[in-house]
Amino acid sequence: MTPLSLALAHSLPEVILAVGVLGLVLYGALRGKASDGPVTEIAVGLLGAAILVILLGFKEQAILFDGAVIDDGFGRFMKVLALIGSLTALVMGQDFLARERIDKFEFPILVLLATLGMMVLISAQNLISMYLGLELMSLALYVVAAFNRDDLRASEAGLKYFVLGALSSGMLLYGASLIYGFAGTVDFAGIAAATQGHVSIGIIFGLVFLMTGLAFKMSAVPFHMWTPDVYEGAPTPVTAFFGSAVKMAAVAITVRVLMTAFPGAEAQWRQIIVFISILSMALGAFAAIGQTNIKRLMAYSAIGHVGFALVGLAAGTQEGVFGVMVYMAIYLVMTLGSFAAILSMRVAGHAVEQISDLSGLAKNNPLMAFFFAMLMFSLAGIPPLAGFFAKWYVFNAAIQAHLYPLAVIGVLSSAVAAYYYLRVVKIMYFDEAAPAFDPPTPALRVVLAITSLFVLFLFAYPALFIDATATAAKSLF
Amino acid sequence: MPSLLDQYLPLVVFMAIAAVISGALLVAPFLVAFKAPDSEKLSAYECGFNAFDDARMQFDVRFYLVALLFIIFDLEVAFLFPWAVAFHQVGVFGFWAMMLFLGILTVGFVYEWKKGALEWD
Amino acid sequence: MIAALFFYLFSAVLIASAFLVITSRNPVHSVLFLILAFFNAAGLFLLLGAEFLAMLLVVVYVGAVAVLFLFVVMMLDVDFAEFKQGFMRYLPVGGAIGAIVLLELVLVVGGWRVDAASLANVASPAPPAMSNTLALGRVLYTQYAYLFIAAGMVLLTAMIGAIILTLHHKVGIKRQDVAAQNARTPKDAVELRKKSFRQGV
Repeated sequence: MTPLSLALAHSLPEVILAVGVLGLVLYGALRGKASDGPVTEIAVGLLGAAILVILLGFKEQAILFDGAVIDDGFGRFMKVLALIGSLTALVMGQDFLARERIDKFEFPILVLLATLGMMVLISAQNLISMYLGLELMSLALYVVAAFNRDDLRASEAGLKYFVLGALSSGMLLYGASLIYGFAGTVDFAGIAAATQGHVSIGIIFGLVFLMTGLAFKMSAVPFHMWTPDVYEGAPTPVTAFFGSAVKMAAVAITVRVLMTAFPGAEAQWRQIIVFISILSMALGAFAAIGQTNIKRLMAYSAIGHVGFALVGLAAGTQEGVFGVMVYMAIYLVMTLGSFAAILSMRVAGHAVEQISDLSGLAKNNPLMAFFFAMLMFSLAGIPPLAGFFAKWYVFNAAIQAHLYPLAVIGVLSSAVAAYYYLRVVKIMYFDEAAPAFDPPTPALRVVLAITSLFVLFLFAYPALFIDATATAAKSLF
Repeated sequence: MPSLLDQYLPLVVFMAIAAVISGALLVAPFLVAFKAPDSEKLSAYECGFNAFDDARMQFDVRFYLVALLFIIFDLEVAFLFPWAVAFHQVGVFGFWAMMLFLGILTVGFVYEWKKGALEWD
Repeated sequence: MIAALFFYLFSAVLIASAFLVITSRNPVHSVLFLILAFFNAAGLFLLLGAEFLAMLLVVVYVGAVAVLFLFVVMMLDVDFAEFKQGFMRYLPVGGAIGAIVLLELVLVVGGWRVDAASLANVASPAPPAMSNTLALGRVLYTQYAYLFIAAGMVLLTAMIGAIILTLHHKVGIKRQDVAAQNARTPKDAVELRKKSFRQGV
């Protein structure tokens, strides 16, 4: 095969999404109707095809397009996670968007474009492809956050996300230009070579700015300010998308940049990662306690969970990266399940999102209450549910890297965080019954059931999942 | 960089002439014109009434949309310049890369045409 | 000598107009000063030999972005005089913070020695003897083709996003439909009826 056809074969998932998006834009425009029609179904099909191609495709590692992107095990693993997040968010959201009368055909197109950006981002091998992937993803996300443009809260969410996102992109670019100036290359491998042994102060400055930009996208403290407002204001399927796929891509690129481009500056970036990890875990635990809106609660929960995932990255070892990947995979499942439950919260056709609306759910819909409770237990990290294993692996890696204070703070804040997850369970099981919810759509039921059964029974047969993750983690070293 | 400045010498001369002429036209009235300043000469006058409110009004959001779409195609044109300059060096691959790029933006153009974004009600 | 003269001319006008952008009372004047700043930055790029960037700055920023800013300023219904009052009130606090950050930067940069080891790492090739438009063109469409196409997708996203968020169609407006109008024949448009005399219509 010629280099070009080999490169195209390796990036077949991206090609599928890009060509599919162009086709859908033409189809939607020429069809001349505002509603989405079969566009969502086709978009789901494209995402599914991309997942299949990744799972059945190449197993070896390849650097493509003159060092712009890399196709490796880590990238494929995180891409599959991001694709699953996008696909599920689209499937779950269709009914919600139709009821809110914002089921325009552009929504699946923008989700596809954001997902394409995530794929470029996750497989980035130099600073330019990282920036372009990030921008493609973010630009589509700003629009979907404000997709319900006649709703004041959604517009506010979109605007806040846009202004802060643009600021973070600027910081990231500034950092990237400093790194380019002092390392003389945009290539991750070249930067790694330039930071071998001695790290110049210019590169450290650049690294700090770069990490600031990435922390914004991951919604890690102290760059988390946008998260609760955007989670609350955006339409719920968009929030599910933000909480699942976007987090995967942001954490993946952070891991990749720090592990492949800056192994020589590990002592420097570890300080920052430990710092934002501790702050995120603590803020996620304490700020969520007073929340009454379930979407805001999930936002603070997301902040806390990013902090936990970063504990693994702080270790900077292969076990640490493995822990991060296990954490993100399990977090993806838990988030999608929780949002399936939140999307099911509908009383007489109207979406409700207060925690008190869940009161007495166990009496009205015992099965849904049970599934949701399992997800909450798992988010709290109670054994033997999947969320416990996720935390176990990252803390284990931190202890092996002798980061004892970080591990101790992590365990303490997860104990505090357990309080508000358990409060949701208590409200569902022991409070006076609120008005019953409308029966959820089949898609929501299936997602809720599959995700809760996954977190419930992962301990019974973890080998397949753990082996796949371990193989993928190895590719980064 | 003497060679660089030689290249732009016509521009420098042009700017100098422009500066002198416009400066002269600005300064000359101060020296030769008859002046009788009065604050009433600067006040707003609407058919004998004082102005009711600000003459600036809110623009329609469609101006913004047109300007934004213009920027996007402006950027597309900016990408064409280096392509044209390096056309002989980039070969068939470079040619098709640009065709693909133009194709993507043409898809966008079809979209905006069919959506009626270019119409002004 | 002449290059240095122009450098100081462009830089001085650039800094002055940038200052006026944030201090001028009328937002439209701010945008005009911004355009002046763009022009001077383009002049600086020209002095550096980066003529493509200079052209880009004039074509894209002056030609399009500044116009967009102008429209946005006109679109926003903000009382800018009130804005400015707040600006003056917070100036001491903001100025103090800015001064502290500046002091820190000076301390860091002042204690910064670029050692030979880090300079040896710099691997960027010296620009060959060609104009930088040509140098860009030679790599942008071949070596960086993937990123070039990705940039195309970013522009497509921007286009779709702008339309979906701002396009409103008023209902009940008669639009021009050229094909339908041309296809009309007298048969569709005119109706002749027999009416008896003195009966009215």
